[in-house]
Amino acid sequence: MRHLIRRLGIYLLAIWAAVSINFFLPRLAPGNPAEVVFFRLSQQGSVSPATLKALEIEFGVNTTDPLWVQYFAYLNNLLHGNLGVSIQYFPSTVTEVISQNIRWTLILLSVSVLMSFALGSLIGVFLAWRRGSAFDSLLSSMMMFLYSILYPWLALLAVYFIGFKLNWFPYADGYDTNLIPDWNWDFILSAAYHAILPALTIVISTIAGWMLTMRNTMITTLSEDYIMMAKAKGLTTRRVIFAYAARNAILPSITGFAIALGSVVGGSLLVERVFSYPGIGNALFLGIQAKDYALADGILLLVIVATVLMNLIVDLLYAVLDPRVRQERSA
Amino acid sequence: MSQSPSSPLPPTAVEGEQEPEAASLEPQEGITEATFLSALTTIARRTWGAATTNRKVAIGSSIVGFFVLVAIFGPLLINQDPLHYTPGIGVKPPSSAHWLGTNQANQDVFIQLVYGTRTSLFWAFLTGLLVLIISVSVGLVSGYFGGVVDDILSVITNVFLVIPSLPLAIVAVEYFSRTVFTVAVVVALTNWPWGARVLRAQTLSMRGREFVTASRSSGERPWRIIFFEIFPNEISIVAASFVTTSIQVMLAVAGLEFLGFGNSSTVSWGTMLYDAYNSGALLQEAWWWFAPPGLCIALVGAGLALLNFGIDELADPRLRQLKRRKWPKKQRVAAA
Repeated sequence: MRHLIRRLGIYLLAIWAAVSINFFLPRLAPGNPAEVVFFRLSQQGSVSPATLKALEIEFGVNTTDPLWVQYFAYLNNLLHGNLGVSIQYFPSTVTEVISQNIRWTLILLSVSVLMSFALGSLIGVFLAWRRGSAFDSLLSSMMMFLYSILYPWLALLAVYFIGFKLNWFPYADGYDTNLIPDWNWDFILSAAYHAILPALTIVISTIAGWMLTMRNTMITTLSEDYIMMAKAKGLTTRRVIFAYAARNAILPSITGFAIALGSVVGGSLLVERVFSYPGIGNALFLGIQAKDYALADGILLLVIVATVLMNLIVDLLYAVLDPRVRQERSA
Repeated sequence: MSQSPSSPLPPTAVEGEQEPEAASLEPQEGITEATFLSALTTIARRTWGAATTNRKVAIGSSIVGFFVLVAIFGPLLINQDPLHYTPGIGVKPPSSAHWLGTNQANQDVFIQLVYGTRTSLFWAFLTGLLVLIISVSVGLVSGYFGGVVDDILSVITNVFLVIPSLPLAIVAVEYFSRTVFTVAVVVALTNWPWGARVLRAQTLSMRGREFVTASRSSGERPWRIIFFEIFPNEISIVAASFVTTSIQVMLAVAGLEFLGFGNSSTVSWGTMLYDAYNSGALLQEAWWWFAPPGLCIALVGAGLALLNFGIDELADPRLRQLKRRKWPKKQRVAAA
């Protein structure tokens, strides 16, 4: 229990750090968002200096308040779920824009990451059991190559060969744009159909890591004495592999899973960019391009909070899976 | 890995040709410097032995070595501006004049690829080194001192561990400047915690060993114990983590460049992909334009991954293949 409280403290600290980065980053950087938008507006036509003042108030920069007052005002706004107004989708608030985009990212990523984790670990178990076989050496060396593939490149190849040349699956947008987004079968089927290619590329690019980690920990576990004991007792192979070896070997993978989730949420940026998929990754990219800093900051914050939450969930799961954690052992 | 005895080796274990070097150092520093050098030579000899006995390490280092050679000598041999533009028809398939065809600006893809090798590898290894320096310092200091220092550093490490690299990098690059340097700094700042955690755990277990206690009681300063006594014993973990971070860093930098957050006045594999994607290479079916840069990244990455898994196998005998070759006799003597 103390272990979990300690972790909780660290996560709260991480969120606080992220919020602070979010606050200070724009203020450390040369120029401020208000000036950027003002400059953009002045290129389109004459604008009065009063506009700059108004923009500065809107963004909360260059005010006469001392920095710490601004900081606490910012924290207060955040606590009330107020992330500011998006310039790009004016007058929608950042919260509204995010909540529209988030489900796409959540569904696509959670399904494909879980699939990749389950499939990769399972194959890893199998490879470790049949270690040294032709299948193992072939697949292991193939994975070595996959492990270090650049995701956008893989996605481009998939778009080009499977999408563009063979025309098997759609390779842009999250749904058939002729349909109106709504909860009906046509729309859901279309969305699922459009998700196949992005999901496939995510699985391919992440599966190698799980497979290799699982294979290596599994090999180490298989040489433990209790495995020998289990075999000697005459248990079935299936039981030895899954209930004895894999159950212990999966633990490092789960730690890795938490860390990977963070990079995967961030990686949605690349997925959604290549496939022009609706989602927060694409929204962040477009927001940055449009100098919509409020939106970009809001999404950055959300991604960090999401990563922290997933880490917390994995910590709880860890306590269930590993009895040693429950019995007071802090990491 | 049975590395622990290598540091406290008496200077007699140092090979003949190394002795003059060790002797030329200042007398009061001589013993530790010699120990450090002996550790380094042992490691170098072992690495060489490993590179020739372990197949993964052999293949991995040849791939990486090849690309490093291309990065160093390729541009010297070609000596043409990779961004050189000649008026004329754009995208052309590979021919004898242009080995990998040309892009829409009539630039030679092969020349860009060779120059890109230099930029991409340089930044990957430099950023990897930056990550290494941070993670080694934090990991070793936090593991050695323990107590409050460890608590503070561990919290910082754990906080950084959950901050996602790519989105932060994009926002930071946008706010500061669109240079590879900004990208490298942000990628380094978000990638060090993993290595630091592993090294901290290792240092923690090494803190109580006899050779550390011995040097502490002989009045060695803490930073000396940390970097000259403990550090050489963790070199295999450090090497493995440098290799893995280099892969991650290379992918992160290339990913950012692909998104257009790179420097457009230099050529790298990432910017080549950005150009190809944004100039419609897919629709023009110009595979020779978008396929090679990604393939090079994958090859270098695979080479590094092979090296990493090879090091893992050397460190953990249980991972090795069943048919094992004999270790050279010399090394057994050095390790004994």
